[in-house]
Amino acid sequence: MFKKILIANRGEIACRVISTAKKLGIKTIAICSDADINSPHVNLADDYVNIGGNTSAESYLVIEKIIKAIKKTNADAVHPGYGFLSENVSFRDEVNNIGKIFIGPPSQAISLMGDKIKSKEIAKSANVSVVPGGLDSIATIDKAIMEGKKIGYPLMVKASAGGGGKGMRIAFNEKELRENFTSAVNEARSSFGDERVFIEKYIEFPKHIEIQILGDQFGNFVHLGERECSIQRRHQKVIEEAPSPFVDKKLRDKMVDHAIKLAKAVGYYSAGTVEFVVDKNKNFYFLEMNTRLQVEHPVTELITGIDLVEQMIKVAYGDKLNLTQKDIEFSGNAIECRIYAEDSSKNFLPSIGRLTRYIEPKGKNIRIDSGVVEGSEITMFYDPMISKLCTHSSDRKSAIKEMLNALDRYYIEGVQTNRDFLSKILQHKNFDDGLYSTSFISEQYKDGYDSYKDDIINKDVLYAVATFVNFQYLLRAASISNQLKGFNKTVGNIWNVIDNKKNINVKINYNNFNNNFDVYLPEKHFSIKSNWKIGYPLFSAIIDNKLHYFSIQRNGPKFKINHKGSMIDLLVLSERHSELNKIMIPRKKVDTSKFLLAPMPGLLVSLPVKNGDSVDENQPLAIIEAMKMENIIKSDKKVKIKKINCKEGDSLEVDQVILEFE
Amino acid sequence: MKEILKKLNQKRSQAVIGGGEKRKESQHKKGKLTARERIEVLLDEGTFEEWDMFVEHRCSEFEMEQQKIPGDGVVTGYGTINGRLTFVFSQDFTVFGGSLSESHAEKISKIMDKALQVGAPVIGLNDSGGARIQEGVASLAGYAEVFQRNVLSSGVIPQISVIMGPCAGGAVYSPAMTDFIFMVKDTSYMFVTGPDVLKTVTHEEVSHEELGGATTHTKTSGVADLSFENDVEALYQLRRFMGFLPSSNKEMPPTRKSEDPADRIEYSLDTLIPDNPNKPYDMKELITKVVDDRDFFETQPDYAANIITGFARMTGSPVGIVANQPMVLAGCLDNNSSRKAARFVRFCDCFNIPILTFVDVPGFLPGTSQEFNGIIKHGAKLLFAFAEATVPKITVITRKAYGGAYDVMSSKHLRGDVNYAWPQAEIAVMGPKGAVEIIFRGEIGDKKKMDQKAEEYRERLANPFIAGSRGFIDDVIMPNTTRKRICRSLEMLKNKKLTNPWKKHDNIPL
Repeated sequence: MFKKILIANRGEIACRVISTAKKLGIKTIAICSDADINSPHVNLADDYVNIGGNTSAESYLVIEKIIKAIKKTNADAVHPGYGFLSENVSFRDEVNNIGKIFIGPPSQAISLMGDKIKSKEIAKSANVSVVPGGLDSIATIDKAIMEGKKIGYPLMVKASAGGGGKGMRIAFNEKELRENFTSAVNEARSSFGDERVFIEKYIEFPKHIEIQILGDQFGNFVHLGERECSIQRRHQKVIEEAPSPFVDKKLRDKMVDHAIKLAKAVGYYSAGTVEFVVDKNKNFYFLEMNTRLQVEHPVTELITGIDLVEQMIKVAYGDKLNLTQKDIEFSGNAIECRIYAEDSSKNFLPSIGRLTRYIEPKGKNIRIDSGVVEGSEITMFYDPMISKLCTHSSDRKSAIKEMLNALDRYYIEGVQTNRDFLSKILQHKNFDDGLYSTSFISEQYKDGYDSYKDDIINKDVLYAVATFVNFQYLLRAASISNQLKGFNKTVGNIWNVIDNKKNINVKINYNNFNNNFDVYLPEKHFSIKSNWKIGYPLFSAIIDNKLHYFSIQRNGPKFKINHKGSMIDLLVLSERHSELNKIMIPRKKVDTSKFLLAPMPGLLVSLPVKNGDSVDENQPLAIIEAMKMENIIKSDKKVKIKKINCKEGDSLEVDQVILEFE
Repeated sequence: MKEILKKLNQKRSQAVIGGGEKRKESQHKKGKLTARERIEVLLDEGTFEEWDMFVEHRCSEFEMEQQKIPGDGVVTGYGTINGRLTFVFSQDFTVFGGSLSESHAEKISKIMDKALQVGAPVIGLNDSGGARIQEGVASLAGYAEVFQRNVLSSGVIPQISVIMGPCAGGAVYSPAMTDFIFMVKDTSYMFVTGPDVLKTVTHEEVSHEELGGATTHTKTSGVADLSFENDVEALYQLRRFMGFLPSSNKEMPPTRKSEDPADRIEYSLDTLIPDNPNKPYDMKELITKVVDDRDFFETQPDYAANIITGFARMTGSPVGIVANQPMVLAGCLDNNSSRKAARFVRFCDCFNIPILTFVDVPGFLPGTSQEFNGIIKHGAKLLFAFAEATVPKITVITRKAYGGAYDVMSSKHLRGDVNYAWPQAEIAVMGPKGAVEIIFRGEIGDKKKMDQKAEEYRERLANPFIAGSRGFIDDVIMPNTTRKRICRSLEMLKNKKLTNPWKKHDNIPL
């Protein structure tokens, strides 16, 4: 076996690979950029090489630097992880050239599958199902109808030069094709100055389902079933599961057969993934092959019990697969949630900063792959993924339930995260039914998700928890030294929870028989037991014999409670004080319409307006760079600039005032 | 007997009504509670002992003798907050606009005298239109009687003012001499001269809110310490605040049980200081991770934010915290931050509250505006305050401690009891770049050489070990152990006795 491997990656995947290498008794070398010098993957590895730089382009993407690190540390092999150089043929060849081993597939497989057109041609010739239709332009209606007969309906007429939905028409039958073809051509001409169109099969209710395969250098292959990855935002997967609730045995057998056919056709070995799009009638079509370890590989590992990284290392070393298809058993369901540092309510913009408080969920059905610890920095240099949270259970329903609990126990402070959004998706009926397509998020959450604005169905438990927590604080406050005798200092047990304008009467009593607290709401009773310690941001309690988790922030009588993806502000006052509180006038919110606020932290790259400028709607006001992306902030109405508060090159905090309007 | 009791009840209910239902309603319409309602929120339920309910004014000018309302516009007495004795006066805007008459002032003076005798804090809930003009100089005398008591009580018992309505003219000077001022947003304002006079005298047009609202005084003038959304919130937070203060200077601050382990390790503090010495970090993260339950009560958060002041507990006992904030002006000391912290340090020293100082200070803020406004004297205030303080003083230098600012920030030389430094600390006369530009002035053009010299300077001088070798630093500690080390030091210092030479009083550079 290898003595020493270098992991040419960072973050959670580097940690993931290191842990398997350790299990196999292989020494590990990490590489890191300057920005990552304090990262867990560096601390976990036996040794590390600082390759300098901050951005990926200065560090993890620089082949020479990594080759130099391999030579310097005399590692036998390199695991590339995913992303960065994992599918880079030149890197793979360079590694070979210095007599080291690349833990992954052969060069030709990488290069053939890396090319969109070539990979489709190979798939076609290997009798793998591909999306019918083609890039050849169709000039006349007659030709279009002929093509339609070949492909079958529904189909889509697309502008060759197209994009953004312009010049795109869907036809469900020949009649519609006749009607729509000309308008598609016209629109193509007017939008792109190029009237060429082509015809492709239209996939209704597309689902993204992929097959995990594993092969050795002797031509042996097994498959590890499928993963469904249809929950995506900005074309990036956020929730994956295995097996897919949509795939039956018949479909699976067909899909794995096609996947292995394709792998054989390119002489593949190592772990690989063949991605398909599946329509609502369970027709499937090849999309592309990923010639690397996938981000979402843990769900497959959970249901098969097979360590994919271990297999990759062994195959790379030249071992024969120690598994046959018969050895692979599938058990239960696994779900993965990708926890991103991003703002679900602001178009999923990345959120950067230091993880000032970070508590990961732990449990026997929970697997968490993370590359951060409390105090880690989510920087603008790399992907803002914080971790991959997985749960595994005997069936899909309970795996979802475990995940909802795990998300509730996951406490992250310092950056915005999509935790609440993920929780909400998992509770959506369509997700529960397994009926979701790749457009689930864009259809169901057009404006993103704001955990504050969510309508919570069961608020009673939140009222009970607020009362309980408030009671604990007051009991302690009443335990202070230097008290007077003869004055009442007991903490009352009747409270009012104020939720916006609603006033809920709550009674709390200590129950001597079962050591629980009884909390009575007007029409409900909760029995609460908790060994929570004051000040700990995660509140856990057994409420009516079930364990629940809440994130709680308290400021005097004010509480912010977060549970199952929703956030609520509550006020807990005594009955009399809540009467008096009704007299209070809610303060007017500051009018922010006269300001341009930074929607995210980042660098102010450009400020194309001057003081006194009149600006039309949709004109750029500022360009902010965050997470490698330039975000153009445009005016949403006609405005005149009154004052400029920042200058180009400033680093902005979120909600910092950039401009003031008249 | 029955008749007498009836009369008593009649008198009482007359007093309780105050200015009558109509005025009460108009008070409520403004989002303000009445004087008695405020006391109900502030004190433990049913603990208020009211005094002088039947006091009336003695004025007969302008037909005042025909308008007498028992209590005369202020409710006074004592009660408890979490079982601890507190004196309180609460001005009643519904009675003569809360204006201060001779007897109104006498009521306040009476509880102040008693509070001083028994050693308990006085809380003033201010909501007053000002002097009772009809009484003339008698009203002014009343103010002065209160002022005198404010001064004599200062440093003996805590005095807290909450501004919950108007507070103008001479009336501002009583709160000004108390230890802390809280304000309610939108409904309270404080100024010596109001907008109307201002307009006639200087032709300046300014609103009440702009001239003396809660935002002005918590952000711009620094007169007030904190502002709150409304009456209820202000009073709830005041209850919380009182938990940090002893009843008088003869007591130790109140303790309560804490479940937060004294030896809690916080590994994330090891990465708090960025590798780049010019990159800021949030000092509040350190504070919240060191104190009990992450519970930090910050005072003056919006004023001179380059220094942080506030209260917290360590293993259940209150401490005062002073910390440079690298996020604002790089944590420099300037006029405002020096005054802010100096006053805070002196408060803690008055009331036996140990002081924790977290230092990351690159020096004093340079500039003409600073010099012209007297940075020499303002900076000296903080130096003076730390130097005279005899309470336990624990200092942790997290990063920079440069120049005179190093001396100022509770250094060993100013009788710091325990002075720690983190390994990244740079204790020196100035930063490497500035230093080499002076030492090697002739070679300033040679960038490579200057960089090399700066590195050399950092190695040799800008580290905690030189100070350590002279005993100016007691130990260099791992950041993750900061809470543990401070808790142990505080326990060790529990019975510290230190007195300054006898004097009538000091002469701090005001």
